[in-house]
Amino acid sequence: MSRPELIAPPEIYYGDIEATKYTKNTRNQQIQADMTYRALELLNLPPDEPAFLLDIGCGSGLSGEILDEEGYIWAGVDIAPSMLEVALEREVEGDLFLQDIGQGFGFRPGSFDGAISISVLQWLLNAETSHPTSSPPHRLARFFTTLHSSLRNPSRAVFQFYPSSDDQIQLITSIAQKAGFGGGIVVDYPNSKKAKKVFLCLYVGGGGGSQQLPEGLDGEEVEEGGNARFERRREREKSKNGKRKSVKAKDWILKKKELYRKRGKDGVPNDSKFTGRKRRPVF
Amino acid sequence: MVRLITHNLLACHVKGCTSNNFPLEFKDVQVVLRESEFNPDFLRGFIPKIEWTALVGAARELGDTSLPDQPPEMLDDDFLKTLHHVLLEIHVEEGIMICPNCKHNYAISNGIPNMLLAEHEIG
Repeated sequence: MSRPELIAPPEIYYGDIEATKYTKNTRNQQIQADMTYRALELLNLPPDEPAFLLDIGCGSGLSGEILDEEGYIWAGVDIAPSMLEVALEREVEGDLFLQDIGQGFGFRPGSFDGAISISVLQWLLNAETSHPTSSPPHRLARFFTTLHSSLRNPSRAVFQFYPSSDDQIQLITSIAQKAGFGGGIVVDYPNSKKAKKVFLCLYVGGGGGSQQLPEGLDGEEVEEGGNARFERRREREKSKNGKRKSVKAKDWILKKKELYRKRGKDGVPNDSKFTGRKRRPVF
Repeated sequence: MVRLITHNLLACHVKGCTSNNFPLEFKDVQVVLRESEFNPDFLRGFIPKIEWTALVGAARELGDTSLPDQPPEMLDDDFLKTLHHVLLEIHVEEGIMICPNCKHNYAISNGIPNMLLAEHEIG
């Protein structure tokens, strides 16, 4: 699993190139959309009141677009200027802020009816400088306390994130609780390597434990489950012949060579009766 | 896209700047009007959150004087439409927002305010 948060701070990692790449990648779009819908589901807003939401780490507006579609009014914050630029080009409806969430928010108390954040929290777990205000616990504490005060009572905040260890989950939840939030972690598809998603569901108010933590989704993922594409077919073929057929058999090699010739690549070997045959040890 | 709806929620978050830090004052602003969909239910739900004097003040700073000094008792459609226009259709594209207390400048460029703080300002 690649961990971009270990490579560079977000405002540098998501430069112009990475920002466009990230936004144009259809697989990314799909994953982000799915997670946004799931986050909204966990947010459990009353259905007939249009709400005012905060999108924390809105990036290029992949999640914001869905908020637009669902009829929410929203404001988004992100630290990467290039991502925000892409969001402007995509003409999302929400107000955008260039803001470091680890520095805290300045919103008035009770401003928002809820908050969502898709794949962001893990970025707060790395220290950029040795200054005391850039230590992860300090930044998380500042983030959660200011967020807590800017949310309405009662309301919820849902964060999807990629923790790399249980310690990180522990750290985040304990700081959130100190900031006054209730709630905890919901894990979707805990037994799947790929589809596993960790959500942090936090509650503001709600009268002490009256709000039940929602169940994580479980069972077989419909698409994109634990299995790779065509895995079952591969298994079936394997059991039929006893031995798996080599992928790079003669016809595959011929096809590839044909393709290279068509593209005008130099030095493609000629076809012969030896093409694709194994060199025996006698040789 | 700083609209007055978010400006009305935005206070200064510099370290130690806790009183008189709202509303941020506009300076050197360029305003663009963009139409958006009228949503009366949302506005009705949002009115209790509005800091009315700040909203009226900010709207007048931007040259819109259509709002009354006090929010009316009756929320008729005409009033909601004016409110909709002020809250959601006036976009500040360029300019500066200044904290009335600590004088921190939040620059707005291309519609995006820069809320980043320097190291000594982080609370």
